[in-house]
Amino acid sequence: MPITEETYLIYDGSFEGFLTCVFEVYNLKLAQPKIIRKSAFQESFFASNLEIRTDPDKAERVWNTIKKKTTLRGKSRLYYAFLSGKVEVENLLLNYIQYALKSTSPIDSNFSNPTVLTVSQIAKSVGREKHRMEAFVRFRLTQDNIYFATIEPDFDVLPLITKHFKSRYADQKWIIYDLSRNYGIYYNLQTVETITLELPSNFDPVHTSDEFFSPDEMEFQKLWQDYFKSTNIPSRKNLKLHIQHIPKRYWKYLSEKQV
Amino acid sequence: MSFERTQEKLKILADAAKYDVSCSSSGSKRSNKTKGLGDATGMGICHSYTEDGRCVSLLKILLTNYCIFDCAYCVTRKSNDIKRAAFQVQEVVDLTINFYRRNYIEGLFLSSGIFKSADYTMERLVAVAKKLRLEENFNGYIHLKSIPGASDELMKEAGLYADRLSVNIEIPTKEGLKLLAPEKNREDFLKPMIKVKNEIIQYKSEKNIIKSTPKFAPAGQSTQMIIGASGETDQQIMWTSNYFYKKFNLKRVYYSGYIPISYDSRLPQIGTEVPMLRENRLYQTDWLMRFYGFDVNEILNNDHQNLDLDVDPKLGWALRNLDQFPVDINKADKRMLARVPGLGMKSVYKIIEARRFRRLNWEHIQRMGVALNRAKYFLICESRDFERRDLTGIQLKSLILQNTQSKYRNSLGPQLNLFT
Ligand code: SF4
Repeated sequence: MPITEETYLIYDGSFEGFLTCVFEVYNLKLAQPKIIRKSAFQESFFASNLEIRTDPDKAERVWNTIKKKTTLRGKSRLYYAFLSGKVEVENLLLNYIQYALKSTSPIDSNFSNPTVLTVSQIAKSVGREKHRMEAFVRFRLTQDNIYFATIEPDFDVLPLITKHFKSRYADQKWIIYDLSRNYGIYYNLQTVETITLELPSNFDPVHTSDEFFSPDEMEFQKLWQDYFKSTNIPSRKNLKLHIQHIPKRYWKYLSEKQV
Repeated sequence: MSFERTQEKLKILADAAKYDVSCSSSGSKRSNKTKGLGDATGMGICHSYTEDGRCVSLLKILLTNYCIFDCAYCVTRKSNDIKRAAFQVQEVVDLTINFYRRNYIEGLFLSSGIFKSADYTMERLVAVAKKLRLEENFNGYIHLKSIPGASDELMKEAGLYADRLSVNIEIPTKEGLKLLAPEKNREDFLKPMIKVKNEIIQYKSEKNIIKSTPKFAPAGQSTQMIIGASGETDQQIMWTSNYFYKKFNLKRVYYSGYIPISYDSRLPQIGTEVPMLRENRLYQTDWLMRFYGFDVNEILNNDHQNLDLDVDPKLGWALRNLDQFPVDINKADKRMLARVPGLGMKSVYKIIEARRFRRLNWEHIQRMGVALNRAKYFLICESRDFERRDLTGIQLKSLILQNTQSKYRNSLGPQLNLFT
């Protein structure tokens, strides 16, 4: 007998974990599944709960099926939208996947369907932030000779920018650390790995103290700030346009905006 | 590197370089295969924006602002009483590398005043690029400004290390150049351009035969003209521009509204407003020429020597050529659709795709995201309602202006609202 009541599938928050949940939805023929990451879950009386353990094989099977049923674009939209981490995005994506699997032809550009439209809109804003991070990451050279950057993006874009930074900075060690999600990516001259850091209690992510950073670091920042100032043409000033290009929430970590 | 000294130089030499408007860092294909530093593939990235809203993607500096010439429109001119400075080759290399490593920039844009001689100066510019490529294994973007009068051999070497080369023509007309830069002659600008053009052609033909032919200026060449310094008409400017596109295969021509910097009586006085709207109209015209299939003399000719400031050039053209409208959206060819005011190239493609399935009406077009406020007067479709009664050009114009006032008010810098 199929289960008819609401079922919460609780997972670890990873993309693989999410795909494992999708696998189980089909596997267990759940009628009213709700996928929710552990950190966002609150016990409910009226539903049954399933803890789903992330299973790479199941995840891969689901992903391969999705690949067959969607276009390249549709597939990457799905992943981008997942990284938005928005509340209940899992259920939206589950709808999307169910719709895609049911349909005989790719549904990715059927924008008259609200699920498809919403997924593409979310994916678009994640994509925008990915580009902004590629532009606005500011490395600072630490005393250990690692170029270190801290960011606080709205969405979880680290997985999306890894490749860009790896091919660009192939001959220097670097870390990009997401302070709001408390993990980072570290390139050790060979590979990029995911890390978490225990930052010293007196570490100030915005200001550059010579306790942690190389003696020249502040000098280069000063040069960059001067450059930024000198290149401005006051008679063409247009602050509205300026803020449109660099939203204020990003200013905190931009060295040229530290004065 | 002595930071204090470098800092002072940087202030002077960045300030002097800021009037050069080219900032694009796209169009190169220099990928990082050797585990070196940097990667310049495809689209460039704007790393920051100035307070006037222009993008910052390159470290844009002069090697020196000493100059033996005295061009009236230039801050670096000999007779101008300003602080002078000169970078050492290594200093520029260090700045570029250190800024790049911190993800501040996509690369370097290096220009220079002319000290001693054209060749002497050009040699140093080339030395910077060479060092970056060979010693630092740098694959980021390099744009060198060629010095008018530099020898062919140096131009050739420059193209081996730079992604883009440019010679700024600065003054659109011969007469203007004579007036404002009497020591310079137009041939000196053209010669390096011809050299670069020929080298690019040769590279392309050799590349097919010998795989290892070193890249030559993969992002092509560009130039810049100062607008509103020498009293030229828009026709003169755009015809010159057209000539450059056709004759030298330029990738871009930039237009830079003159910013008054001197009390020289040959020039607009200090305090005169920068012609930003005019600059924007010129960029729009440039765009129409390059991507919309317009011939320059359709837009600017002896009867119509200046662009309208109140309407964009495409609308202006349409209003002067009402006999070519209305256009049937279900039948017209791509070229004609692209001429409808308010229809961008993206909309044109969507229309052509969509009309294979059904005859389109107003609702269809609107749902595709086409703004009809202007287009509707120039189109017919599968519908009985047509906006265009028998209005004259002047009546139409005032009707459209009433409806789209706000849009025109915020027409800003060259990177905004180019597309109509
Ligand atoms: S030669 Fe170039 S740098 Fe020298 S004054 Fe003329 S425009 Fe300025």
